[in-house]
Amino acid sequence: MSAEPQTETREHALELWRQMRRIRLFEEKCAELYSAQKIRGFLHLYIGEEAVAVGTLQAITADDAIVAAYREHGHALVRGVPMPALMAELYGKAEGCSGGRGGSMHFFDAKRRFYGGYAIVAGGLPVAVGLALADKLRGLSRVTACYFGDGSIAEGEFHESMNLASLWQLPVLFICENNFYAMGTALDRHQAQLDLVLKARGYGVAAQSVDGMDVRAVERAAREAADRVRQGKAPFFLECKTYRFRAHSMYDPELYREKSEVEAWKKRDPVLTYAASLRQSGVLDADTERNLEQSLSRELDDAVRFAEQGTWEPETSLTRFVHAEKEAPQ
Amino acid sequence: MSAPGATTYREALRAAHREALQRDPRVFVMGEDVGRYGGAYAVTRGLLAEFGPERIRDTPLSESVFVGAGIGAAIGGMRPIVEVMTCNFALLALDQIVNNAATLRHMSGGQLGVPLVIRMATGAGRQVAAQHSHSFEGWFAHIPGIKVLVPATLEDARGMLWTALQDPDPVLICEHATLYNASGELAPNAGAVEIDRAAIRRAGQDLSVITYGGSLAKVLAAAAELDREGISAEVLDLRTLRPLDDRTILESVRRTRRALIVDEGWRSGSISAEISARLMESGFFDLDAPVARVCSLEVPVPYPHHLEEACLPQVEGIVRAAKESLGHG
Repeated sequence: MSAEPQTETREHALELWRQMRRIRLFEEKCAELYSAQKIRGFLHLYIGEEAVAVGTLQAITADDAIVAAYREHGHALVRGVPMPALMAELYGKAEGCSGGRGGSMHFFDAKRRFYGGYAIVAGGLPVAVGLALADKLRGLSRVTACYFGDGSIAEGEFHESMNLASLWQLPVLFICENNFYAMGTALDRHQAQLDLVLKARGYGVAAQSVDGMDVRAVERAAREAADRVRQGKAPFFLECKTYRFRAHSMYDPELYREKSEVEAWKKRDPVLTYAASLRQSGVLDADTERNLEQSLSRELDDAVRFAEQGTWEPETSLTRFVHAEKEAPQ
Repeated sequence: MSAPGATTYREALRAAHREALQRDPRVFVMGEDVGRYGGAYAVTRGLLAEFGPERIRDTPLSESVFVGAGIGAAIGGMRPIVEVMTCNFALLALDQIVNNAATLRHMSGGQLGVPLVIRMATGAGRQVAAQHSHSFEGWFAHIPGIKVLVPATLEDARGMLWTALQDPDPVLICEHATLYNASGELAPNAGAVEIDRAAIRRAGQDLSVITYGGSLAKVLAAAAELDREGISAEVLDLRTLRPLDDRTILESVRRTRRALIVDEGWRSGSISAEISARLMESGFFDLDAPVARVCSLEVPVPYPHHLEEACLPQVEGIVRAAKESLGHG
């Protein structure tokens, strides 16, 4: 509701496109750098799901907290973690947002209240519940946005977290990025109940489902949901139905789904369809598009250069950050 | 309340909680039955009436989420004390303890500390069968990023909590279940204790008996018996299993030239194995006999009294092992 006027401004409409496009370009570059062996380890790309992070994070303020899973590049970018710090992290360089120690799955930026980066499925949910509990105990009116995939729904931690957040009325906005696959296991092969909002409602958590390929719809739903969390000081479960166009990770040969299925979803590409609608309504003209593309491309080049020029942490400091350092209290 | 002779281990722990709750508004307690029930081991009895349900929070039987919520609350600026009824149940929260609490600081490049205290009971001796009797503090001591405290005395039960709460990193406190009723004198002004050093509980020169937690009393009884037979045992209470106080251990063994480790955990892969290895690495040439160990038998702890007793380290076995170490077998 509070979102309506804002989404209608030209600047905001363009900003949604810019942010989605920015994630897309970043992710495509990541794939390229992975093939070039600049980025190693596990790499889970967000291509196809951009509307979820961009739409939902419009409803999250700088005061709010974010807890994400292992496909979290997009969330970190929208949050404002600088792209060079993210790219350096992917390279494992000391200038990375986690000092190079986390890599793709463990982006952290405590200053920006970006609390990870959890690679154990559903492992971030209890932490999000605790961040919201701290806010409640401290009398702060803040939201913790917690992202996870449909695979998390099968984990006990999901159910424990729903129950406790509801029981204690904690301000968590649970955002399920339902891309219909838990790694390679399709939703109907891992869930007995396919209607995911029913799971949350079963715990007394208000819940809604939204088309996760439509950034405006996601933003609208997220603003309503975040308002309810803020005002009602109670959790909300928002399911965003989306699809990843790429494999689960760079190692995944995608034996579990048909190419035709992927192609069908690609017709609903959130970045392309939104750009088309903006062009049609005259919001996105050729000049604007060219300028934005150029500026994104420059930002990306700068980020890669920054990562390339970054430094390797000396092995002598390998055992740092296991415990707090007395001389540098946090 | 704390008149000399009238204090139990449980009361010492409760006093520590009360003090922490009074001193720091960020401190709160959460766990199964810590409030209305008064704590499964009655440690938190009365605190709900005194501090209210916001600060003494009963949780569902959901170890993973309430330990994880403790992590989140700690990151979010609070100082939670999470009570997990026993270390057996803590296994349900292992993901949060190991993958999150212990690793977040490192994975975030030093940005995220988790100042969380997790308390749990450990150990056997009450005929509650395998799923309530195991000693997993040695397992937890395997994990970088956490500290593991094992208070064996009233002073440590009273003092370790506050020290743990001052720590910017996660601290586990493992309390042996048979100790809660232990009573003794505790100075009315007893307070925080340091947790960095092991303690010599009894000085001796013939061998060092290294132990902790619930086994300390047995070791002291064995030392008294050995003393009657003219053997002078030094008793070392580890107090903290991670990090281990190598210096105190090595200094003691350097003096006595013999080491016996008493550990209620299973022998294989245990903290006693670790201590033994460290003595081999750093104290080998100081030793006049092989390092000896008395551990629990390698079976799940059984229910019948006689079998449970036979399973655990006992005074008689400790005395025997000490004598063998001295060649008096």
